[in-house]
Formats: sequence, C-alpha cells, structure tokens
Amino acid sequence: MRLLLVALLVLGAAAHLLLPLTPLREAQAIDPGLADLILIELRLPRTMLVLGYGAALGVSGAALQAIFANPLASPDISGASSGAALGAVVGGYWLGLTQPLLLAACGAAGALGTLALLVTLAGRKADTATLLLAGLAIALAAGAATSLALALAPSPFAFYDAFDWLMGSFTDRSMSQAVAALVPAGIATLLLLRRSRALDLIALGDDVAASLGIRPRRLAMEIIALSAIAVGACVAVAGAIGFVGLVAPVFGRQVSRGHPGKALVPSALIGALLLTIADLVVRAIPLDRPIPVGVITALFGTPLFLWLVVTMRRRVTA
Amino acid sequence: MTLLSARDLAIHNRLHPTALDVQAGELVALIGPNGGGKTSLLRALARIEGASGVVAVDGEDIDEAPMARRRQLLSFLPASRDVTWPISARDVIRLGLDRDDEKRIEEMVSLFELGRLADRPVNQLSTGERARVLAARALVGNPKLLLLDEPLSNLDPYWVLHFLEIFEAAAEAGHMVLAALHDLSQLDRFSRALLIADGRIQMDETPAKLVASERFEEIFRISSANGRWAIRKPADPRSLP
Repeated sequence: MRLLLVALLVLGAAAHLLLPLTPLREAQAIDPGLADLILIELRLPRTMLVLGYGAALGVSGAALQAIFANPLASPDISGASSGAALGAVVGGYWLGLTQPLLLAACGAAGALGTLALLVTLAGRKADTATLLLAGLAIALAAGAATSLALALAPSPFAFYDAFDWLMGSFTDRSMSQAVAALVPAGIATLLLLRRSRALDLIALGDDVAASLGIRPRRLAMEIIALSAIAVGACVAVAGAIGFVGLVAPVFGRQVSRGHPGKALVPSALIGALLLTIADLVVRAIPLDRPIPVGVITALFGTPLFLWLVVTMRRRVTA
Repeated sequence: MTLLSARDLAIHNRLHPTALDVQAGELVALIGPNGGGKTSLLRALARIEGASGVVAVDGEDIDEAPMARRRQLLSFLPASRDVTWPISARDVIRLGLDRDDEKRIEEMVSLFELGRLADRPVNQLSTGERARVLAARALVGNPKLLLLDEPLSNLDPYWVLHFLEIFEAAAEAGHMVLAALHDLSQLDRFSRALLIADGRIQMDETPAKLVASERFEEIFRISSANGRWAIRKPADPRSLP
C-alpha cells in the first residue's frame, strides 16, 4: 500500500513537472538550454512547493487529529491556515517585508497564534462540536481581520493582489520562495514524524502515555508549534489551501489500520498526491486566468468532509 | 522481598506525602470513599503527573528509566475505557510491547478469550469487551508492577472471577498487583488492603481485619448489621468527617 502510494506520487510529480509537454518541446526545438531553463526555473519550484505543501498539510493534519483525539481537527478547520494568511498579510502589506523567509515566519506566527487561541478557548480534549465551533469562530475572525488588513493596507492594490494568493496559488513562484517555505516546513515535518510513536501511544489515553514517560502536555505543545511552522510557512508563500489537511489523514489512517501516529507518513504521501492532482487540474483547465488551487481542493474536499461528518454521526448514534 | 518502594509521594491538594512498600507476590486492594485519593495514589505511583517523591521498582527509580525499561517495570490501566481510533483489538495489545512478539500477543488473545474480537476495531466493541482488550494491553509486557484503576468494573460475573484469577496468577509469579476497587464484594480475594481517604492511607491491613474494624465503618459511613451493610446514621450530622 505504501509502495503503491510512493509509485503514484512519483508518477504525479513527474506529470506535474513535465506537463504540458508542448512548451517544453517547442523550447527544445529552439534551444535545449531554454527547455532546461523552463524546467528548472519555472516548473521545478512549483512542483517542489506542491509536493512539500501537500506533505506538510497531510502530516500536520494527521498530527493535530492524533493529539486532539478528533478526526476533524486539521490546519484549516482549526483556523491555523487563516491565522497564517493573516500573519503573512500583516507582514507583507503592513510591515513591508519582502524576504520570503521573513514572510514564512509571519505565516508561522499567525498559525501559532490561532492554534494557541483554539487550545485556550476549547481545550485539547474538547468534544467535536466545541472544537469545530471554536475553530470556525477563529477562522472567521482571522478571515475578517485579513480583509480589514488588506482594505486598510498602505498599498491600494493589496486587495486585488492578494485575492489569488489567499485562496492558494502556485503560479510563478520563484525558487527562493519555494526554499523559504520548504526549509522550515520540511524541518517541522521531519520533527513531527519523529513523534509518530508517541502519538500512537497517546491513543491509549494521556495517562497511559504519561505512565510510559511521555509528557502529553508537552507533546501537544510541540505538535501545535511544529504544525503551525509547517503550515504557516507554506501558507505565506502559496496561500491557504483547505481540506487537504483534513482529508489526507482520513485516508492515511486507512493505510495505518487506524493508528493515528503511524498514519503520519501515509498522510504526508497522500497530502502531496492530492495537492499534485489538484494543481494538475488547475493547469489543465483552459482559462485565461488561473483558478486558485484552493478552489479545486474545496470543490473535491467538501463532499468528503460531509461524508466524514455523516459517518461520524452514525458511529456516535450506533 | 520489597519490590516496590515509594517515598514522599504527594500531589497538591489530593495526596498527602505517602510512603508505601509492596513485596513481590502481593495482591493489594485500594479501597476508600469516592474522591478519597485511590486514583491519585495510583497515578502518583505510575508517575503520571507532577507528583513529588520517588518510586523505585526492584531498586530502579522509575523517573530515570527509559520507556522500554519502564514497560518492564510497571504498567497502568486507567479507569476510562475510551479509545478514539478504530485500531484492532490485537493492535491495541501490540501497543503494550516495545518489540513485536506475535506469540505473546496470541497468548493474551487466548487468555482474555478475544479470538472472535481480535480483529475488530476496538472502538466498536462493548465497554466490557474493551475492558478485556485494555487489560490485555496492560499485561502483555509482563511488568513487575501492575497499577489497575477499577479493573473489575463493567465486567460480568464470569469476567470478574476470570480477571481475579489472572491477577492471582500474576502475583504467584512474583508480580505486584495494586487495584483500586469500588465494589468490595471481591475484597477477600486480595492479600492486603489499603484504606485511602482524605488523601492519606488510613489503614493498611488484611482485608478481613480491615472490614471488621470500627475505622472502616467510620470512613465509609456504613455499618454491618445482620450480615448486611447499612448506612450509618451519625448522631450529630455536624460530626461528619
């Protein structure tokens, strides 16, 4: 199963890098160096971002769900993505930051702020309804604050400028932007993966985990901080993309036979695969303006989310 | 041989500084009124929260032991039977081990008669069935000290007796079993009973002596009359502890 996932991901990544073939062929005909330039300067950063952002969403979603003991906790539902967007908007349009790495830091700070607020409001062992409502309230507040920050921004073009980016976009991202997002996200993702055994043990309850020497509160803080860094850095560069962080872990746990911690690696692979497919769809749609990739993930993600809610309700009433 | 030695165990507001020694092979019941500190003592022994003091099993300080060693020294079974995730019963038992040991897992599956249930997601089992799976998880690593919070609740009579047999077998093999109990009907199966109230060990006796004592009746506010338990009516309600 894992092998199949890896094979699919390699295939998807190759397709993402090489498709559409026509411009590459035409460039090749003119000058082989030009084709290389297109591949390395234009397409490679985009493919790397798509894979890295997808993996970061999958891992953080799975880790947040494990630590909140709730299959509906995820970067988007918890308001972390909205907080990251707010952080990046404030950093970019108000503080005038242009360095991608600094913007990524602003995104991470915003995500951390919203997650900290969520834990304060709802608590870590909140029931699903409280978690969803608190997350929704935070996401709405962060969204409104983002709009306000854009409307009042010194630059008159801020609103127009930010529209595409806010819903998630990989168009025309440079290598330095990709690196700024992927280095912090990559480190945070690796550190999250190292906690997968602890997250499996915490499935037996905080007390059992603590009796084995795990510190549940500390683990929760680490998971929240690392998820905020992973998602926040990516949001700052490529916008807030919904549903991947929610849906990938659901499939990830199918692979891990229900284990929330062992689901981290498959969730990363599935997250990367889902976002690759979504971005391939965006590029395949023949329109003059590119559609934000977040629109595609939301279109496909919403039905899956509803299905999840219905099956959860059935399990509760059964 | 003293296998468990705990000194100055304390949790703010819930457990006063407590010392406890337990010999290998002892089957110890923790009884006491609700909120008296049974669970707090178990949690302090399992080093679950910031309890002060030192717990040593077989001469080893638990706080210093790495996870793999801790598993050999003690295991804790919480009173809650909740598992959020759809992990199979067999895999839940496996989480009690550091290294895969299929033979040992199968031993537990047959000891707790889980054959038919072993591959079903544990969150879809009944509470009593889940209690068996979680107890198997606590026992699979063969730890020297078993700390069990309400291990006999949610069980039907067959399983109450079966669990007691399993605990007795563990004690005979030289392990220590500490179990918090609500229901006192099985108390005589234990070799030693601790009466815990107001965050202190009030009595440390054999079950028979303990139940026969005046202090027991005082603390539980019940008294035995004609072979039955009845609520003790205090002469003056203000004299309640």
